[in-house]
Amino acid sequence: MSFISGLKCRECGREFPAEPLNVCDFCFGPLEVVYDYATISEVISHDRISSGPLSIWRYQDLLPASGEDPVDIMAGFTPLMKARNLGKRLGLNNLYIKNDSVNPSFSFKDRVVSVASTKAVEFGFDTLACASTGNLACSVAAHSARAGVRSYVFIPWDLETGKIVGAAVYGPTLVSVEGTYDEVNRLCSELADNYPWAFVNINMRPYYAEGSKTLGYEVAEQLDWRLPDHVVIPSASGAMFTKIWKGFNELACLGLLDGVEASSFGPDQNTVHHPAVTTRMHMAQAEGCSPIVSAWANGQAHVLPVRPNTIAKSLAIGNPADGIYAIRVLNESGGTATAVPEPEVVEGIKLLAETEGIFTETAGGVTVSALKSLAESGAIQPDELAVVYITGNGLKTLEAVDSVVNPLSIKPTMRSFEGALNERIGVGG
Amino acid sequence: MSVLVRIPTPLRRMTNGLDKVEMESSNLSELVEKLDTEYPGFKERLVDENGELRYFVNVYVNGEDVRFLKGLETSTDSGDEVSIVPAVAGG
Repeated sequence: MSFISGLKCRECGREFPAEPLNVCDFCFGPLEVVYDYATISEVISHDRISSGPLSIWRYQDLLPASGEDPVDIMAGFTPLMKARNLGKRLGLNNLYIKNDSVNPSFSFKDRVVSVASTKAVEFGFDTLACASTGNLACSVAAHSARAGVRSYVFIPWDLETGKIVGAAVYGPTLVSVEGTYDEVNRLCSELADNYPWAFVNINMRPYYAEGSKTLGYEVAEQLDWRLPDHVVIPSASGAMFTKIWKGFNELACLGLLDGVEASSFGPDQNTVHHPAVTTRMHMAQAEGCSPIVSAWANGQAHVLPVRPNTIAKSLAIGNPADGIYAIRVLNESGGTATAVPEPEVVEGIKLLAETEGIFTETAGGVTVSALKSLAESGAIQPDELAVVYITGNGLKTLEAVDSVVNPLSIKPTMRSFEGALNERIGVGG
Repeated sequence: MSVLVRIPTPLRRMTNGLDKVEMESSNLSELVEKLDTEYPGFKERLVDENGELRYFVNVYVNGEDVRFLKGLETSTDSGDEVSIVPAVAGG
C-alpha cells in the first residue's frame, strides 16, 4: 500500500485527488504528492527498510505507489564508494561517489520511471510515454518492456547514438523530433492533453519526481544513517536536486537519522527543513545551458529560459520547471551553483575515469568539474564529507570523448610493438 | 482568418470543453482580454496581479516561447497559432 492522501498545488495550496494530474487548474502551479506521515512514522524503521529489496522499493513507505507488485528492473541501491584517488587529486580526504550510472538502463532515471510506471499501471494505463533528453527515453522503454505495455518516447533529433540505440533496443515507438528538448516537451504537453497515455514526466510528474528522493535515502543509509556535509548534483530541470533535499529532510523528520530527534513536518511538506539537515547542496550545470545557475548568481527568485548550446545534452533543458524550487534549496542549504565551462565537461569525464575507473556521460563530467572547482575554491574543506552524484553512464555519450582513442597501431610482431612503444614513450629497443 | 488558440486541459472547463478557440487580435495582451470577455476569469489564470504571465504558464506563438519574443506584447496575426502550455518536469 502507499501512504498518500492526495495531491496539492505547491503554489496556491488547492487540493486534488491522487489521479493522473500534474498541474493546478487554477494557477498552473505543479501538484505535489501529500503523504500521511503520521501513519508512516508508525511503521517505518531501519529494520523494515533493510529487510526490503535491494532496489528503490526498500523505501516503499515513502514512495507514492504500491510496492506490492512494482514495475521493477531493480533500479537503485547503487554503490556509494570512497573516492580515494580522485579525493587525493582534489585535496579531499572524505570524498564519496554515488555511482548511479550502473542502474539497469544506465542512469538515475530508472528510479523515477520505476515509480511512475508502477503508478501508471495502478491507474490502468496501457501506454507509457515521455519527452526526453535521452536517459529518460531509455528508462521508459525498458520499464514498458518489463511491464508489458506500449511506449512512445519523444526525443530531440540530435541526441547521441548511445541514447537512441539504448532506447530503441527495448522496442518502443521512438519519435525523433526536429527541435530542442524544450520544443519536444511543449509538443508532449499538448499530446498529453489528447492521448490517453501516461506521460511519465507530464501527467505522472507528481509521482515520477518522488523517485529521486531515493538518491537521498540511499546515501544516508550507506553512510550509516548520516548525511554528508556536501553533495554535488547535476541539474537540468532542477527536480532531482530538490527531491534529494526533500529526502534528507523526510529522514530527519521521521527520526531515521543517527542521533536526530523526529519532528513535525509543519504546514508544508515540500518546504520542511529539519535543523539537523546541514548538508550544503551544490548544483552543477554546463555553461551552455545554465539558467538556474545564472538566476541564483544574480539573486533572482525566478529563472529566465535560455536556448541550450551545450555538449551535455542530458542537461540541456533551457526552461527548467523546478528551477525556482532549486534556487530555494540552494539558498536554504547554503549551497552553491556552478556553471562549468564547456571544455571542462570532457576533462571531468576523463578525470573521473582515470582516477576511479568510472566512465560517466557528459552530465557526470559537468558534476566532477564542478566538484573540482568547489575543492579548489575551498567551498568544500579537506576533511568534510562530500558526495558527488554520478547519474549517467559514459557509454551513452561516446562521441564526447572519442578523442581519447589513440592506439598503438602495430603489426603482429615483437619488432613492430617495440618500435611503436619506443616512438610513443621512448622505451624499449 | 483569426488567431487559433489551443486550450490546455486545465482551462477547458472555462471554454465549455473546447480544446481550441479562434479570436481576432493584434497582440497577445489583446487576445487575453478578448478571451476573458468571452470566458470570464480566463485572464486571471494566465496573468498574475502584476500583469505578468504567471511563472508556470508557457505561451507560444507559432511554437516560439513568447518570453523569447515580446511577452504579452508579442504581436499576433491572422493565421497564427497560440499554445498555452503548463511547465513540466525534466527528462
